[in-house]
Amino acid sequence: MGALQSLSDEPEYRELAEKTGFSFEQIGILHKRFKQLSHNEDMLRRADLDTIPDLACNPIRTQIIEAFFDKRNFHQNGDGTVEEISFEEFLVVMSHFRPPALNMTEEQREKVRREKLRFLFNMHDTDNDGTITLEEYRHVVEELLSRSGALGKETAKGIADAAMLEVASISMGHMEPDEFYEGITFEHFLKILKDIEIETKMNIRFLNMDTTTLCNRDSSSIR
Amino acid sequence: MPAFSCAFPGCRRDLLVIVLVVFVGIGLPIEASAPAYQSHGTEGSHLTNITNTKKAFPVLAVNYEHVRKPFEIALWILLALLMKLGFHLIPRLSAVVPESCLLIVVGLLVGGLIKVIGEEPPVLDSQLFFLCLLPPIILDAGYFLPIRPFTENVGTILVFAVIGTLWNAFFMGGLLYALCQIESVGLSGVDLLACLLFGSIVSAVDPVAVLAVFEEIHINELVHILVFGESLLNDAVTVVLYNLFEEFSKVGTVTVLDVFLGVVCFFVVSLGGVLVGAIYGFLAAFTSRFTSHTRVIEPLFVFLYSYMAYLSSEMFHLSGIMALIACGVVMRPYVEANISHKSYTTIKYFLKMWSSVSETLIFIFLGVSTVAGPHAWNWTFVITTVILCLVSRVLGVIGLTFIINKFRIVKLTKKDQFIVAYGGLRGAIAFSLGYLLSNSHQMRNLFLTAIITVIFFTVFVQGMTIRPLVELLAVKKKKESKPSINEEIHTEFLDHLLTGVEGVCGHYGHYHWKEKLNRFNKTYVKRWLIAGENFKEPELIAFYRKMELKQAIMMVESGQLPSVLPSTISMQNIQPRAIPRVSKKREEEIRRILRANLQNNKQKMRSRSYSRHTLFDADEEDNVSEVRLRKTKMEMERRVSVMERRMSHYLTVPANRESPRPGVRRVRFESDNQVFSADSFPTVHFEQPSPPSTPDAVSLEEEEEEEVPKRPSLKADIEGPRGNASDNHQGELDYQRLARCLSDPGPNKDKEDDDPFMSC
Repeated sequence: MGALQSLSDEPEYRELAEKTGFSFEQIGILHKRFKQLSHNEDMLRRADLDTIPDLACNPIRTQIIEAFFDKRNFHQNGDGTVEEISFEEFLVVMSHFRPPALNMTEEQREKVRREKLRFLFNMHDTDNDGTITLEEYRHVVEELLSRSGALGKETAKGIADAAMLEVASISMGHMEPDEFYEGITFEHFLKILKDIEIETKMNIRFLNMDTTTLCNRDSSSIR
Repeated sequence: MPAFSCAFPGCRRDLLVIVLVVFVGIGLPIEASAPAYQSHGTEGSHLTNITNTKKAFPVLAVNYEHVRKPFEIALWILLALLMKLGFHLIPRLSAVVPESCLLIVVGLLVGGLIKVIGEEPPVLDSQLFFLCLLPPIILDAGYFLPIRPFTENVGTILVFAVIGTLWNAFFMGGLLYALCQIESVGLSGVDLLACLLFGSIVSAVDPVAVLAVFEEIHINELVHILVFGESLLNDAVTVVLYNLFEEFSKVGTVTVLDVFLGVVCFFVVSLGGVLVGAIYGFLAAFTSRFTSHTRVIEPLFVFLYSYMAYLSSEMFHLSGIMALIACGVVMRPYVEANISHKSYTTIKYFLKMWSSVSETLIFIFLGVSTVAGPHAWNWTFVITTVILCLVSRVLGVIGLTFIINKFRIVKLTKKDQFIVAYGGLRGAIAFSLGYLLSNSHQMRNLFLTAIITVIFFTVFVQGMTIRPLVELLAVKKKKESKPSINEEIHTEFLDHLLTGVEGVCGHYGHYHWKEKLNRFNKTYVKRWLIAGENFKEPELIAFYRKMELKQAIMMVESGQLPSVLPSTISMQNIQPRAIPRVSKKREEEIRRILRANLQNNKQKMRSRSYSRHTLFDADEEDNVSEVRLRKTKMEMERRVSVMERRMSHYLTVPANRESPRPGVRRVRFESDNQVFSADSFPTVHFEQPSPPSTPDAVSLEEEEEEEVPKRPSLKADIEGPRGNASDNHQGELDYQRLARCLSDPGPNKDKEDDDPFMSC
């Protein structure tokens, strides 16, 4: 069923496939999911994503949801946020989580890595000034630890401060006592995370076959 | 080594090598001629008993028989270790030849020596091997198994382990049988089942050999875990196939029912082994919850429970290796949360020590057994076996990777495949299994010879060439990275992000299940298995403390900062600009005042509190380290103060406290049943405490205030400057001033000479 549907929308899908790199089947499945989430409308809103039960216990769900509505992730050189997104934008955001192809050159991999790290950077840099300030980083760590209950702000602050200091040390090397480290720029961010091999880690599996109908997810996903 | 001091550094080494050789030369004849002593000993004592009235009391008598067994064992182990020591003194050799090869050669030499003397060289007893030599190595591997890459690749590993081994066994067995059918070979007596049995013995990748070789080449994590995981998990397949074919070859025929039973047996063996291991693992974790008063025996629980798991599963003919791995993996997170740091270190070092000794002994015995064992050489059979091993391995890996890559997110490249194929080494397990074959197999000697040849080939040829090949192919190596708090934050962030995006996508993927398991673990399991309140502590915090601990230890031991940190960046460089800055003149004023008033107090307090920061157990050991620390502090004064500043800001994990003391931030390293809870007060607010008059008063205050006397606090540090510079108490300046005070390098430089505590 899914395959037939996607074939009928082929010209549209072809353009999307070229833009994002997904295959037709994957686009078809994601389109189904999009329709499911948006209650068959054309545009998706924050409230729709809020209803996903799997996200309910995720400590960083606000940031994840925000990332979908962040114009910087749409590859159109915009910034700011929007209130609702179309399927194309949804797909573009999802494409950040595609694994790199098997036979990529080193510079292609580098490009993929930069793209993924850019996504992460945008998630942290909420005021879009190009740097992750100490406050923003503290907020990140706080959110991460928010599920741990009693520990709260002090611990998060300590950890965030330590992390910031590490970044400053690695990126700046030497600073005078009265110099001020503005915040983590994208280049510094790249530097500190270069050992993580993000292009192999930041991926999820996109289904090629439609199993959603089999698992009867339609009714259960929107409670 | 003063005893060996020479003009040239080289001759020291050579002297030691000569000493070792002499030792070996003397040691062996003693053992070999041991039987000769026993008769003298007993005779002598008899004589003295009977004619005691005439003979003088025997002042000195030799009774070797009394201590024979332990003496021999100890001597063997000692010689093996001396050999190992010797190799590492010869750097050129150990860089080219992997240790396992050298040890086998030594074994050959020793075996040859013994044979020359005329004694019978000892053969690697299978009982000894499986019950004593193998478990430490496997436990070491299982306990320190890197969980994350293992679970991410577990599907691939299982496919290689199970299907790959099956393929190898049948391919080799089948082709060898076909070979034996050829008249010219002269082995027409070998039937299919015997060949399959042989195939199953020789097809399994050996964890000992893999560990020994891969440890030295530092290959990237993915390939390492693939080969290593495979070598561990194929034990179940090997056990089942071996028992199956052993039984069948006695009977002679195979029915479909037998095959079906074999498959069922496989599942029973593997899952049963894992279950047994998990049970013992949980028992160990539960036991460790109550060991807070008997820290000394904590490591023993870990070892004994694991060994019991191994023995229990061997008792039921389940897979002992899988039991051991499961036990180690299951118990580790809980045990590590419960035991003290010293116990952790003890466990680590004992495991490494035992596995090292075992490995050394295994390889030496392999060499000795080669000389000793009965051999039946058949050129065609042996050469074909070796070639078939390689061919089947390569074909198997390529074929399986083709299938696996369809299911993997991150595909295996050709280079990865090559290393996985080339790294499939055979080792002592194959030999022991071969040795276990009963003598009723007429081909036993031939099989043993072939097995030994395969082992030698893989260990020597493949083991020696894998390192240059890795260099040649520019295979990715393991990144030697220091633990970074940023990486840890982002790893956890990524986990949650990917789980969330999977949720948005709507399908239950890898991350979803991992998240579910984590939640289950946290809510139910940890509650039972972790002592005190620690189970609530999230991973990030645990990691953070461990990292600080490691850095602090490094600091004490080496007297230097870890190289990541340069000297001048401190908290004030990254504080939000919102805090207004003091004018330069004011700053100077403050500095002068501080400098004038802080002379001894600050230095002493800082040195005392600093030393307590970095040392976490209030034992007498502290004093020694404290002195050492002060010494190194003098050398690296400036950097030390920066480190301390760093730590003062890092280690702000708050403790559970009744009365919030302002301006105090407590430092804790290890939980040791401590509770973390949020402090109710926000960032540093200052009151006006009474300035400490003497450093001793300060330290007393410290002691009193501590709930647990071990933990120091920064209070002394902060109070000092503040107490003395009591003039400036504007709220908004406080924090910034604090930062400035602490980062102020001024007083330090003047301090060194006149501080009475800085005694060397």
